[in-house]
Amino acid sequence: MTQPSAQTHQGSAPYEGLRLNGLTKRFGRFTAVDGVDLHIRRGEFLTLLGPSGSGKTTLLMMIAGFQDISAGDIALDGHSITTVPAEKRNFGMVFQGYALFPHMSVRDNIAYPLSVRKRPHAEITARVDEMLELVQLTKFDTRLPGQLSGGQQQRVALARALCFAPPVLLLDEPLGALDKKLRIEVQAQLKAIHQRVGTTFIYVTHDQEEALSMSDRVVIMQNGRIEQLGTPQELYQRPATQFAASFLGKSNFLHCSDGLYALRPEKIDICPATQTAGAPLGPHRTTAVVHSVTYFGSILSYTVALPDGTTLQVDVDAWRGGPTLDRGAQVTLDWPDEAAVKLAPDTP
Amino acid sequence: MAHTPAIPLQARNMWRYLPRGGWLLVAPLMVLVLGLFLGPLTNIMVISVTDPKPGLGNYAALFQSDALGGILWTTLRVCVLTTAISVTLGYCIAHAMIHALARERNWMLSLLLVSFWISVLVRTFSWLMLLGRNGLVNNGLEAIGLITQPIEFMRNELGVLIGMVHYMVPYAVLPLLASMQTIDARVLAASRNLGASPAQTFWRVYLPLTRPGLVAAALLVFILSLGFYVTPAILGGGKVLMVAEYISVQILVTLRWGTAAMLAVLMLGGVLGLLFVMSRFMKLSTVFGGTKP
Ligand SMILES: Nc1ncnc2c1ncn2[C@@H]1O[C@H](COP(=O)(O)OP(=O)(O)OP(=O)(O)O)[C@@H](O)[C@H]1O
Ligand SMILES: [Mg+2]
Repeated sequence: MTQPSAQTHQGSAPYEGLRLNGLTKRFGRFTAVDGVDLHIRRGEFLTLLGPSGSGKTTLLMMIAGFQDISAGDIALDGHSITTVPAEKRNFGMVFQGYALFPHMSVRDNIAYPLSVRKRPHAEITARVDEMLELVQLTKFDTRLPGQLSGGQQQRVALARALCFAPPVLLLDEPLGALDKKLRIEVQAQLKAIHQRVGTTFIYVTHDQEEALSMSDRVVIMQNGRIEQLGTPQELYQRPATQFAASFLGKSNFLHCSDGLYALRPEKIDICPATQTAGAPLGPHRTTAVVHSVTYFGSILSYTVALPDGTTLQVDVDAWRGGPTLDRGAQVTLDWPDEAAVKLAPDTP
Repeated sequence: MAHTPAIPLQARNMWRYLPRGGWLLVAPLMVLVLGLFLGPLTNIMVISVTDPKPGLGNYAALFQSDALGGILWTTLRVCVLTTAISVTLGYCIAHAMIHALARERNWMLSLLLVSFWISVLVRTFSWLMLLGRNGLVNNGLEAIGLITQPIEFMRNELGVLIGMVHYMVPYAVLPLLASMQTIDARVLAASRNLGASPAQTFWRVYLPLTRPGLVAAALLVFILSLGFYVTPAILGGGKVLMVAEYISVQILVTLRWGTAAMLAVLMLGGVLGLLFVMSRFMKLSTVFGGTKP
């Protein structure tokens, strides 16, 4: 490893990636992470998504080596690293709040992982210049972290963590402190950087949009366990449990004789009852009354009440979806068979 | 404030006059400070250039008398050593306190504060008993056969240093504790995560981040040591003559007030000069105020 680069691991034939086997963390009698099995592929952008307290940070800290493991095993490329201390794991990490060194310039911050490894001066300078360019901060290299904006600090933290070409980069809600507009901008930059460097990213967030738009795969966590794992499309189209369906996107839940079904609001067709009066009734066709209408710019969201009193959310494209239906309007609903997804019962 | 119509006229007038009233309130204090503090100080300065005869004769004596130079040199040496040792020990103690459990930390803090309440005289005399020729330490070491001759702890700089360091360590701990408390644990974790060994993390991150605390502790201890009187006088046994003791001798015994005043002015100038030099290197408010730069 004389020249740090993203291709460090090319030699090791069938790439294993990072493997978590039954990873468990207990704080006294409380189990924060409960037997997590996970295989993270090389170069993948994997997101840990879950509500507050679901154990995302704890899991990440165990991978980074800052949190002792109560049970289970972590292996990188087939070698167990469970007993390797944090500073020897060579995993990059972007901390919540960035944790930049306040007394060092941007350049010294980014150079830190190389200078503690006693790399030659010329190599450090070249590599830091490369990283500064990657995160577009070349002009700011002599500033102190306190003189940067939140988004700039975030990019310094990213450059610092990527500087020594770690095989895995861990990010704990790195965009949490940014406002919404900047967040979307940095999301795109982060995604582009991931594609350029090819490092494995493990990304923690509780923002579902962030998870859907950035990740190759998403892990939905609840109560320290993996609720569901899959690509954003898989998770959105085929949620496995009620929790997964409601946490990722909006969903209606239908109680049928053979169990619980999830039905996304945009998959329901809605039209005024007058237009369909003569048509034959389909398998799911029902009449309903519009309860309320909410306008979100791109979509119109209706809350409608079925004759038996249950309410459903129905989203339509505000631009193509025809005239707005008023409160109290009689409507007909319908959806195709495959729109409703059968759910497994929730794990307690 | 005066433009808010909701406030009645009388109240508005009160607001307008409050600054003047405010000055009146602190006036007695100002008089006390000016009269009882700055007044005598000026008097000392005047004495230093007028007694026994007008002119800078007292200051010239500094360069002519070997005794005076020796005293200043001793004072400086003892103070620098005391500062270095106290701050180093204080750093270790503060570090241990920061990383102890909350309950243990509270115990350590109370012990630290208790040492502030014990009179310096009492503490010095206990060292006298511990370190004397027939003191506990010498007797103990002789009893277990480590030494045959009692070690000379007293009437030399070693004794003075022991006594002064013992007194100064708590003063060094407090500013260090304050600055260590402001360090974000995540920054240290980040350093480890980036591959730094514990030693590298200490030298490159922890120590630089506690620098304001170190400077504050060093200044505090050094300035207090400069004027230290009781401990050098008792543990030095007249052999280690420092400025404060010499001044007292000049005033009480030899009645050379001019020399005493000159030395006092010199010390005051030294302290102010030190603060000035420090202020060139860093904002003193970060050292004393604990505010972020
Ligand atoms: N040191 C600790 N001692 C005891 N309990 C802890 C400790 N650290 C975390 N926990 C508990 O473990 C659970 C998971 O915490 P964790 O920080 O991993 O949640 P998270 O998913 O990161 O949440 P957030 O989105 O709020 O950051 C929480 O219930 C928390 O109270
Ligand atoms: Mg967290």
